[in-house]
Amino acid sequence: MEMGFTTAAYVIAAVLFILSLGGLSGQESAKRAVWYGISGMALAVLATLAAASGAWLAALLIAAGGVIGWIVAQRVQMTEMPQLVAAMHSLVGLAAVFIGFNADLELSRVFALDTAAREVLSGFAALLAHKSPVEQNILRVEVFLGVFIGAVTFTGSVVAFGKLAGRVDGKAKKLPGGHALNAGAAIGSLVLLGVYLSTGALWPLIVMTLLAFFIGYHLIMGIGGADMPVVVSMLNSYSGWAASAIGFSLSNDLLIVVGALVGSSGAILSFIMCKAMNRSFVSVILGGFGGTTGPAMEIVGEQVAIDTDGVAAALNDADSVIIIPGYGMAVAQAQQAVSELTRKLRARGKNVRFAIHPVAGRLPGHMNVLLAEAKVPYDIVLEMDEINDDFPSTDVAIVIGSNDIVNPAAQEDPNSPIAGMPVLECWKAKLVIVSKRGQGTGYSGIENPLFYKENTRMFYGDAKKSLDALLPLIN
Amino acid sequence: MLWRRDSVQAAWQERGYPLKIGALTEIFAGENRVAMTPDSATQLVKLGHTCVIQAGAGVKAGFSDAAYQAAGVEVLKTAAAVVKAADVLVKVRGPELAEAKALRKDQTLISFFWPAQNPDLLEAVKAQGATVVAMDMVPRISRAQKMDALSSMANIAGYRAVIEAGNNFGRFFTGQVTAAGKVPPAKVLIVGAGVAGLAATGTSVSLGAIVHAFDVRPEVAEQIESMGASFVFLDFADKSSGAQDGAATGGYAAPSSPEFREAQLAKFRELAPDMDIVITTALIPGRPAPKLWTADMVAMMKTGSVIIDLAAERGGNCDLTVPDEKIVSDNGVTIVGYTDFPSRMAAQASTLYSTNIRHMLTDLTPKKDGVIVHNMEDDVIRGATVAHAGEITYPPPPPKIAAIAAQKPKEKVKELTREEKRAAETAAFKAQTRAQVGMLLGGGALILLAGMFTPASFMSHLIVFVLSCFIGFSVIWNVAHSLHTPLMAVTNAISSIIILGAILQIGSGSTLVMILAGLSVFMAGINIFGGFMVTRRMLAMFQKS
Repeated sequence: MEMGFTTAAYVIAAVLFILSLGGLSGQESAKRAVWYGISGMALAVLATLAAASGAWLAALLIAAGGVIGWIVAQRVQMTEMPQLVAAMHSLVGLAAVFIGFNADLELSRVFALDTAAREVLSGFAALLAHKSPVEQNILRVEVFLGVFIGAVTFTGSVVAFGKLAGRVDGKAKKLPGGHALNAGAAIGSLVLLGVYLSTGALWPLIVMTLLAFFIGYHLIMGIGGADMPVVVSMLNSYSGWAASAIGFSLSNDLLIVVGALVGSSGAILSFIMCKAMNRSFVSVILGGFGGTTGPAMEIVGEQVAIDTDGVAAALNDADSVIIIPGYGMAVAQAQQAVSELTRKLRARGKNVRFAIHPVAGRLPGHMNVLLAEAKVPYDIVLEMDEINDDFPSTDVAIVIGSNDIVNPAAQEDPNSPIAGMPVLECWKAKLVIVSKRGQGTGYSGIENPLFYKENTRMFYGDAKKSLDALLPLIN
Repeated sequence: MLWRRDSVQAAWQERGYPLKIGALTEIFAGENRVAMTPDSATQLVKLGHTCVIQAGAGVKAGFSDAAYQAAGVEVLKTAAAVVKAADVLVKVRGPELAEAKALRKDQTLISFFWPAQNPDLLEAVKAQGATVVAMDMVPRISRAQKMDALSSMANIAGYRAVIEAGNNFGRFFTGQVTAAGKVPPAKVLIVGAGVAGLAATGTSVSLGAIVHAFDVRPEVAEQIESMGASFVFLDFADKSSGAQDGAATGGYAAPSSPEFREAQLAKFRELAPDMDIVITTALIPGRPAPKLWTADMVAMMKTGSVIIDLAAERGGNCDLTVPDEKIVSDNGVTIVGYTDFPSRMAAQASTLYSTNIRHMLTDLTPKKDGVIVHNMEDDVIRGATVAHAGEITYPPPPPKIAAIAAQKPKEKVKELTREEKRAAETAAFKAQTRAQVGMLLGGGALILLAGMFTPASFMSHLIVFVLSCFIGFSVIWNVAHSLHTPLMAVTNAISSIIILGAILQIGSGSTLVMILAGLSVFMAGINIFGGFMVTRRMLAMFQKS
């Protein structure tokens, strides 16, 4: 009876979770969707607590963790979202490792007891006690898998957190041996699985965990810069698969369902990001851009600088403006200034819109959140496909802190390493103003012909300072 | 850094810095313009310079001495005093020989100069050891547009030409239907669509005339049409001489072949009887103006028509043009050959010209500290400098950068025929089907294989897993791009569902298990609350306008 009740609660929770993700299709329904998620989670946790022994301890720990989570969530800056997300993935990963180990420990403990003692067990242990030998082996495989994915997720997320927070050098770094080391560690883990299944001992599990920790660390260390959105969504996916694997080992359908949802969500996000860079998932994971097939097209022209007065004059004369923000805007914390500029221009009846490339920033949708925080209305923030055709009828395009996503070489130069990558065609606007720190190249290290175009003006300097200087001149 | 500034200032005073920029009164008869306005002087002071001007220099352009004084410009009585005081002299017209001889060594003169036409003047300034920056030699590249005085003057000439034509034309530009009868619109032909031609085109169009414009460079057709005028197309086969690429000649027209010229004149003869106003602006660099409007065309025109010849200074495009004069032909056509159109709009011309000069000085003062750095490595400065350090530096080496990027022939995307399109679609469909069926077969076989070795209890979970993946994929595809970050935060929160496992394990008999489970519950707790809260915070920020 009690078992049936818990399962019923799980069914409702699963439905609520699916609705919660489905609701994210629009900004308004999303506000409702998050409540579905919260109620689903509350229902699932309460139902489990009611059936479990030691519920008071669990409740206490949840409350303690909840307070910390709450405080962090209130204090985090929107520019720090990528770090926060990475940090949270690491917690899920580590929890998966712990729970996997627990399952193994319980299994050994339960089968060390005699038959009579097994009958009086309750909860998770009781579940294990009824497993047949084949089921035990399957359980071991599931535990092994769950711990492996969890461990990779954990160290991977910790490294990603370090990179995004700027505590670890963001550049791609590999140990000598490169991906052979990762492959070796993965093969080693497979061998350990065999050992683990045949002996049932704990040590192969521990050694494998260490190997998986290494893989996670080394894999993510080898990826950097603009590929971070893919990394973060990949880790998101892993944390889901880890939950799913643990769900199998615990025979808990809700865990399997939610794990699969999260796993596929992360996988799709990674896929979208890769497609937006016209690169395969494997090439992103292996790091670095693909080789060129010939000499790069020669760039003719020169970079023409513009001063604040010039930008103000151009904006005052313009009727339609498109702003293209990139990671540089987040770094310079310029989103408030951008929002203020937008407000001023809109107040003068100009058509101001934003064009967001899918891989702008360090997290999928990063720019949207930053602009939303700065109170830019979301209905003027458009995706690449929605706005790319409007550039020819636009007076001024302002590029703030983005580089590769506006690189015309992707279309014009078949030899460019980023050839074929969909880019924002801002150079078709009558005037392009590029706000940039200096004359460097973007993450991919590719020279950007946009800066040399005849209708491009370079607005050198820190984005925030330049915009703050510009604001009083808009009238 | 204060000490540095002090020492720099000390060095300035020693060497006579900050530099004085001095503007002279134009001595050329009928010249009304001035090379410095109170506005430009204010800007020059920002560059660290001080300014002086000869008394009365701006009067004809509408700038009184008092206005200059108010802008902080020192007004000196005589030209000699200005030449003596200033380190940099700015002028509109090139110097007379006497003026050139008055220049000092190391003094800089910025003005129009026409070095090709004035070789003896060039020798004179060389002998004086002065530096001359010729505003007419500024290379035509994007960066130098702001100091391109020829263009800014040509713009004024084009505008003024239309005004002058209107002054001599007895009718409206625009067509009207009034109670007193119907007025036909004036028909205007602009020959040569350079800066002046385009300005004239724009002005006539906005006055309401029907405007035709002609140019030997077919690529300007688009510019002409964008201004509301119609481009006069010439049916001429020999593309090699007719269709010039403006890039090769620095954006100017080049001489055309005799055959082309004949075709051109034939076209003009066809148009001549119809036109009320003809404005000719055709110039070829370094040559006399081409004769495009012959006497017989003038004879064909209606009485009362007007011809404005902007090329009069270089001999005129029209056979009958008399430079600096307005004449009326035998059949009553007015032909205006004034050469001083910019000067006739002295206030406007001075404002633009002084801004060009100011930009030139900005480039010459890279640090904005009042110290002139004559960087001969700079394309623009090198190109404009005709005499420097006792040497003649004209003609300059060709600029490193082409004025207008040569237009690459565009590759045409091959139009696919219907059959080809259909074939491509079928092939794509087949490939898709093959891939899908292959994946289904492979995946199905794999699952069946697993089913042979695993118990039913596992398979029932597998069903749930596979179906959830499908639901997940179809749901997530619909998530808005802009909500990807909230999506990650919320999936983060719900992936903490793993807490259920930990809760079930926390009641275990083993202490180690309890500790690990407890830690997991704690961490998942952080994640659940943190994830949901931060999602809520983000979603609340998304606002509609």
